[in-house]
Amino acid sequence: MASLDRVARSFLLTEIVVGFLLTLKYMFKPKVTVNYPYEKGPLGPRFRGEHALRRYPNGEERCIACKLCEAICPAQAITIEAEPRDDGSRRTTRYDIDMTKCIYCGFCQEACPVDAIVEGPNFEFSTETREELMYNKDKLLANGDRWEGELAANLHADAAYR
Amino acid sequence: MYDVVMDFLLHHWLGQGIVILFQCLAVTVPLLVAVAYMTYVDRKVWGSIQLRRGPNVVGPFGLLQPFADGLKLMLKETIVPSSANGILFLIAPIITFLTALIAWAVVPFSDGWVIANINVGILYLFAISSLGVYGVIIAGWASNSKYAFLGALRSAAQMVSYEVSIGFVLITVLLCVGSLNLTKVVLAQSGGFWHWYFLPLLPMFVIYFVSSLAETNRTPFDLPMSEAELVQGFQTEYSSMPFALFFLGEYANMILLSALGSILFLGGWMAPLPFLPSHGGWGVLWFALKIAFLLFVFSWTKGTLPRYRYDQLMRLGWKVFLPVSLFWVVLTAAVLQFGGWVPKS
Repeated sequence: MASLDRVARSFLLTEIVVGFLLTLKYMFKPKVTVNYPYEKGPLGPRFRGEHALRRYPNGEERCIACKLCEAICPAQAITIEAEPRDDGSRRTTRYDIDMTKCIYCGFCQEACPVDAIVEGPNFEFSTETREELMYNKDKLLANGDRWEGELAANLHADAAYR
Repeated sequence: MYDVVMDFLLHHWLGQGIVILFQCLAVTVPLLVAVAYMTYVDRKVWGSIQLRRGPNVVGPFGLLQPFADGLKLMLKETIVPSSANGILFLIAPIITFLTALIAWAVVPFSDGWVIANINVGILYLFAISSLGVYGVIIAGWASNSKYAFLGALRSAAQMVSYEVSIGFVLITVLLCVGSLNLTKVVLAQSGGFWHWYFLPLLPMFVIYFVSSLAETNRTPFDLPMSEAELVQGFQTEYSSMPFALFFLGEYANMILLSALGSILFLGGWMAPLPFLPSHGGWGVLWFALKIAFLLFVFSWTKGTLPRYRYDQLMRLGWKVFLPVSLFWVVLTAAVLQFGGWVPKS
């Protein structure tokens, strides 16, 4: 009887029919895809995207050229040169990040004692040439000015867990 | 004036040539548009099954996507590998494409709407669909690449194996109709869907459908082009227009086998209920709907079933389908003979 049952099932293709019905059911389920360029998924406050150099509210740049980020960077993507400024404060003359080397580990922003270098929420910075991904200090400071609102909000949201 | 024009078109050799040309265009152009939209429907159906959206950016609902793809393929460079046999390499896609197109000459779209109403229509279709294997095997050999060669060998073996059972399926239908003329096959199924052959010959319909999946190298029988092991089978070395011709030929073949399936089993241009109109343009509508349904099942299958292993494919073809279809031929013949239902022709 069991073998008859098995033969009947295999001739009536029950398993294949059940599979077909399952996929038919799935066809009418709501789609899970985010319609990306028009819709975007949520990002957490710790999201590690494009880098930015922040400033104090009075416009003074935060970076004090301690080079901790350069030292900790596992991909050695950061290059810093420093000199005393005219007013005697220690500042960077050069702050470059090679974005093609960066692995977005976030160690630089963890190492930074003054919250100067941070990774912001922007992940849409693709370029048409490789050279455009060699960020210099001007580009990073411009990023900081552009994203300061989001950066400050993210740092504030995450401050309790640091 | 009208008489003069009609006389020219019907009796002068040039006029007849023009008529034939327009008949060919009237079949080919809608067919190619159907092929383009078949790729779109395919992607939409697989997308839905996998909870994705499918193409939806180019044009409203992504409806212009097939044309964008076609344009992209035309703008690509045609690469002929240096070790390939250049002439055969370029002839192979043309053969595939042409055999997929010329078969449409005998397909009746509606009552009397057929380019060549020949009395051996089914035989012609069967012969032409067998010729398609030449395009594949020439492509595989001429590419001079191991992936293409293995893919072509698999494809040829598979197409030959499953043609045998398709042959028996055709014989069963022919026994019931008593004619090889495709128009007569449809007329024999007139009067409501309960007269269509898919009911009395249901196992043969299933075998026909599965074999047509294998004939067109579609999942679960797409192992000639299994991308994981053979890259893309016999199409590995092709790019640009030759690739597009393969692609068009493959989809045209799918539509052709769906059309043949709806002629043989789903009553061709006949309306599903006897009081609905099935003459002229209505017939084309019903026929198109039936083809569309079968093509949807093609896509649905691709979204559902995993790929067969090669030995499983051969076992299914030779050890399951061949005996079952052979048995059904004998059974049908016996029922017709002893039931007194042998068609008179």
